[in-house]
Amino acid sequence: MKGRYSALAIARHALTGNRHWPEAWRSPEPRAAYDVVIVGGGGHGLATAYYLAKRHGITNVAVLEAGWIGGGNTGRNTTIVRSDYYYPESAAFFDHSVSLYEGLSRELNFNIMFSQRGQLVVAHSRHELDFQRRLVNAMALNGVDMRMLSREECYQRCPILNTRPDARYPILGGMWQGRAGTVRHDAVVWGYARAADRLGVDIIQQCAVTGIRRDPASGAVTGVETTRGLIGAGRVGVAVAGHSSVLADMAGFRLPLRSYALQAFVSEPLKPVLHTIASSNVLGVYVSQSDKGGLVIGGNADAYASYAQRGNLPTMEAALASLIELIPSFSRVRLLRQWAGIVDYAYDSSPVLGKSPVPGLFLNSGWGGGGFKAIPASGETFAHTIATGEPHDLIRAFSLDRFRDLALVDEAAAAGIAH
Amino acid sequence: MLRIDCPWCGPRDEDEFVNGGDAHIDRPEPPEQVSPEEWAAYLFFHTNPKGVLAERWVHSFGCRRWFHALRDTVSHRILATYRPDAPRPDGMA
Repeated sequence: MKGRYSALAIARHALTGNRHWPEAWRSPEPRAAYDVVIVGGGGHGLATAYYLAKRHGITNVAVLEAGWIGGGNTGRNTTIVRSDYYYPESAAFFDHSVSLYEGLSRELNFNIMFSQRGQLVVAHSRHELDFQRRLVNAMALNGVDMRMLSREECYQRCPILNTRPDARYPILGGMWQGRAGTVRHDAVVWGYARAADRLGVDIIQQCAVTGIRRDPASGAVTGVETTRGLIGAGRVGVAVAGHSSVLADMAGFRLPLRSYALQAFVSEPLKPVLHTIASSNVLGVYVSQSDKGGLVIGGNADAYASYAQRGNLPTMEAALASLIELIPSFSRVRLLRQWAGIVDYAYDSSPVLGKSPVPGLFLNSGWGGGGFKAIPASGETFAHTIATGEPHDLIRAFSLDRFRDLALVDEAAAAGIAH
Repeated sequence: MLRIDCPWCGPRDEDEFVNGGDAHIDRPEPPEQVSPEEWAAYLFFHTNPKGVLAERWVHSFGCRRWFHALRDTVSHRILATYRPDAPRPDGMA
């Protein structure tokens, strides 16, 4: 790896027009069988394959990707990493994920450009301030680096916030996580893909799973049918975001998930004007500025179930109207791009992880709009779960059984987080 | 923007309506004899199809009445709208 990207190599490739760089990972033909097949070559699937090989010595692994690496939700999110969750189970998991992100560039030898610029969530009423104080105290007790900011501190960190005295949604203060930040999202999948490939994992793109084979006697999984033929595996991990229900249907069970389109927007590049992530749960919008200068804007998911990767106009209008209420000077900024990814929300807005009703089939689903920040911890714990057959301690609370037992981890109600 | 054909008022823009989730989900009875698995199936384990979905809508900024729709979750095309006391027009369960 060092020789491959040495100063000498870079100079040599520059002189030949950068036309002869080798591929960062192989594109092998699928073998007849693997020890483990991971369905879904996004951040979660690739991180799982990497940690299976790195931590558990399981290298006979294939990652099957229906499209291409970086073409799904890992390349469609708004790149924010944070851990401001209310319940202890969520805080433990997501704070561990932020810690892993802090060391990920070194772990993968790939600069993921984690910029820990902090996230500000503003409050618009006395009651919301009270609610934020309660959240911040609970999160601080769970070890998350949260604190309250006064109105003046909010404007110091983000002077362009709405200061109008007659604002419909005045800003009275806010909560702050200093370790939150943005990450170069493509770098995360590229880094994991390259590192997993180096450890012997086969990454197979343009290979959609069309069926799941099960042993007729035991019901255990024996392999997957794909557009490139049958691939045998005794253990299959499903990490396919919005299509989790489709895969579960192939295996003969249902999941407590609904799939929605979640949109994001990028503006034309501006000079640096926004140095933090600014967010409002009441308005349902958040925004950060990329290194290229574009405003990266997100809002709430579309209001009805969807598998269409495009999003609808009323939701777009709501998000952008909210942005202008939060930061009025953005009213004349033009958008460059808009897109949507399909996300799977569980009924308590917490992920669904671990064992499935089918022996040998493991679930990594239900991330909703909050999957990107979870990638390293998700990969680490999912690899443990697949390797040992038992859920990792950090994900026990997020089992599928919690819906039968009504042991929900209701982050939707608790933290009021716009994922 | 969808045009949704309210069975009571006719076609109107999407933002007059609020989506109410899955349709034709029957509450299990009697409650004291329903197992945890049956409650979970009723509350949480729905179909989430990539394709035709039967769902509930309410015309919040119109007649404020409920109705059902068959909608394709990939194309968003609305195949039918019908009164909530009517069976699924495509005959699916």
